[in-house]
Amino acid sequence: MVVRVNGEPREIAAVTVADLVRELDHEGGFVAVALNTRVVRRAAWGETPIREGDAVEIVTPRQGG
Amino acid sequence: MKLYDQEVASRLLVGTALYSSPAVMKAAIEASGAEIVTVSLRREAAGGAAGDAFWRIIRALGVKVLPNTAGCRTVEDAVRTAELARELFDTPWIKLEVIGDDETLQPDVVGLVEAAARLTRDGFEVFPYCTEDLSVVGRLVEAGCRVVMPWASPIGSGQGIVNRAGLRTLRARFPDVTLIVDAGLGAPSHAADAMELGYDGVLLNTAIARADDPVPMARAFALAVEAGRLAHESGLMGARDFASPSTPVVGTPFWHVGAAE
Repeated sequence: MVVRVNGEPREIAAVTVADLVRELDHEGGFVAVALNTRVVRRAAWGETPIREGDAVEIVTPRQGG
Repeated sequence: MKLYDQEVASRLLVGTALYSSPAVMKAAIEASGAEIVTVSLRREAAGGAAGDAFWRIIRALGVKVLPNTAGCRTVEDAVRTAELARELFDTPWIKLEVIGDDETLQPDVVGLVEAAARLTRDGFEVFPYCTEDLSVVGRLVEAGCRVVMPWASPIGSGQGIVNRAGLRTLRARFPDVTLIVDAGLGAPSHAADAMELGYDGVLLNTAIARADDPVPMARAFALAVEAGRLAHESGLMGARDFASPSTPVVGTPFWHVGAAE
């Protein structure tokens, strides 16, 4: 199915947030995830389904002022 | 200085952006003596590891992080970014920025107050980046902010304090709020200036990161903040319009001798 990941359309096989994090090679990384603008706690990644057309944000720390 | 329920010794907070290399950033933060650094969060490309690499350096420094909402232009974006920051960094602290103007990066103070109120209700400890407007700061305090961070001048401009009277009024009217001057400080003398006005601390980034040699500049700012604070606690003399001799006049040699000739 196609979802938007960080603003870009992407064909994915994942059906949960945990799957998607793994599929995008962020497993074990220091990332946070929002699904359709709402934060998905790390503990809930495995039980949070992803559906066609969802918008996912995956963020990490960066330099800031 | 008290930041919500946490007590910190260093009154200098520094940013982590604009450094020529991670090694220079790390050395400059160490030289600054800062216990708190600001960070942002950004989208990570699939398979990307830039965030992890940066985070390892920050963790190794052993400092507290103050995540920001830099780049947010709406209340919604700022609130969502704050929620992601809380999840990522596991802290209730958020440096709240709602930018209203791209040229000056002036805060949208109306949106800022609304976002601060929402986030405070949701358990955040908000550090709002704001202008020196007395009423706006009053609204932020009403919204539950116990730390407020007015600008000295626009972000990255290095102009120092533009509205001295405004900042002095804020300090006088909000003696119990932790007030930190954030943005626009270009020189250690500017930081000392803010501290002499009685501000609890200063937050800066560009002036250190963009110095020819950031590490000694970080040390210079640390010294200036300490000097300014010590001066404030020691009670500065007031300025006056006329001269007043510091050396005693009584007993001046040849007093009136010349007049007798």
